[in-house]
Amino acid sequence: MSIDKDTARRAAHLARIEVAEEELDHLAQELSGILDFMEQLNEVDIEGVEPMTSVTAMRLKRREDVVTDGNIQAKILSNAPDAREGFFAVPKVME
Amino acid sequence: MSDLNNLTLADARDKLRNKEISAVELAGACNAAAAASDPLNAYCLKTPDLALEQAATADIRLAAGDAPDMCGIPLGIKDLFCTEGVKTQAASKILTGFVPEYESTVTAKLWDAGAVMVGKLNMDEFAMGSSNETSIYSAAVNPWRSKDSNAPLSPGGSSGGSAAAVSADLCLAATGTDTGGSIRQPAAFTGIVGLKPTYGRISRWGTVAFASSLDQAGPMTKTVRDAAIFLRCISGHDAKDSTSADFPVPDFEAAITGDIKGKKIGIPKEYRQDGTPAEIEKLWHTGTEMLRDAGAEIVDVSLPHTKYALPAYYVLAPAEASSNLARYDGVRYGHRAKLQAGEGINEMYSRTRAEGFGPEVRKRLMVGAYVLSAGFYDAYYRRAQRVRTLIKQDFDKVYATGVDALLTPATPSAAFGLGDMAKADPIQMYLNDVFTVTVNLAGLPAISVPTGLDAQGLPLGLQLIGKPWEEGDLLNTAYTLERAAGFVSKAQKWW
Repeated sequence: MSIDKDTARRAAHLARIEVAEEELDHLAQELSGILDFMEQLNEVDIEGVEPMTSVTAMRLKRREDVVTDGNIQAKILSNAPDAREGFFAVPKVME
Repeated sequence: MSDLNNLTLADARDKLRNKEISAVELAGACNAAAAASDPLNAYCLKTPDLALEQAATADIRLAAGDAPDMCGIPLGIKDLFCTEGVKTQAASKILTGFVPEYESTVTAKLWDAGAVMVGKLNMDEFAMGSSNETSIYSAAVNPWRSKDSNAPLSPGGSSGGSAAAVSADLCLAATGTDTGGSIRQPAAFTGIVGLKPTYGRISRWGTVAFASSLDQAGPMTKTVRDAAIFLRCISGHDAKDSTSADFPVPDFEAAITGDIKGKKIGIPKEYRQDGTPAEIEKLWHTGTEMLRDAGAEIVDVSLPHTKYALPAYYVLAPAEASSNLARYDGVRYGHRAKLQAGEGINEMYSRTRAEGFGPEVRKRLMVGAYVLSAGFYDAYYRRAQRVRTLIKQDFDKVYATGVDALLTPATPSAAFGLGDMAKADPIQMYLNDVFTVTVNLAGLPAISVPTGLDAQGLPLGLQLIGKPWEEGDLLNTAYTLERAAGFVSKAQKWW
């Protein structure tokens, strides 16, 4: 299945990656190439086959539902591009 | 004593324990080799002072007499492992300036055992690539060159810096990670050993995530024995990774006896592919005969869904990546795009990601978002998960017949030139993983062992695939192959 320009624009939007309008044709072509490659999967008879959700046949370990760390505000903010007064700062979200 | 950096991990361990050498001397030798290695671009960050400091501490432990195997061993660490206080960038612009406030479980175990960090190693951006060329630091270079040309070759990827560094003796061993072949392919391209353990053997905590159901860290070393020693140190359950297995960690080195009499080795017929160079076919045959001569029984086996592994992988890995990499939003760490007047948080997200991710990563994230989107989820993602079940069942059936391990080529070619793949279509690059990717989908352990040279004098590797949790047995078979092949060639130093 080939991807058109609108679908490419949508994929870019879903991935939250800005793509210039003039690059969309090329992007559509690239994505189509990859998706065409995936089309081979349609040859496989998957009737009655369970989707794999865990490659090892074991239950995930559970731990006590307790607080194991905390009071590390400075550490959490130390790599932020913009941190102010103990918060991550972002552009205005609401008017 | 000079050239201590040329030692294997096992030899260095023994010499350190016998007080023939000190950890500080050994770290100094690796620091010097790393400092003189810039043409290889293997290290993206060198930490010579830290190495000497850790080595001095290691010497104190060694003097006390009960130091662990890895104590005093200088290592390179792939830039994907978070190292506290040491820049970690996953070779991506989007993590510019990121200095972790925590240590990955793998590196924490290494430092607890007294290992020494020489520096951080180059890689493909977010481990997405097979040539090291998607790195923000530009590609690492293979220490090996063709007989007839000085053109720079790719060390493979994504753990290309790790492979180049171990191959060129810029450290004694290195960490790698393997999502579709990223330890084994670069190991084969550079004439070293690369081990991808069973999924769940090693904690993924603190390792920058690519595709969580496929990612597994592992050792890249000069010998099979070194891989066994290294693996033991980094294995084991970790409460911070619920997918890490709560199984006892055996002494993998003790499993290396060199005796594989009566072992059953399967040769999967689907791995005979059109277009595989005759030299690789021949090497595969030679390796088979070596194992037979060592007393193994060779049987032909079939893994019928092999050809669907790559397309399934290129649905599942991008899908998981699109979820994992959603965290890079310009808010908490790394790069943030500059905005124009009137623009808001949505522009900040999408421009930060457009500027911060390289072209290969952007492409995969869009593919991932697409295959997970409403209307396509069942057709792509769900279908690929079902095909993954079939691929795993292929292996289960073969192992149920008493087969102990499978022997295959590690890669479809020897190292290719840097820049060669840029001209090819993206699928061509993906085909590099054709022999390795099935293993990640099935969660199995596998090892790439250097086995010979091609006509151009470049190293070639064979891959052994083992049973889940049977790394000890796998390493023993690999050791037998290594010993029979007698691969001792090193790249001629030109850097």
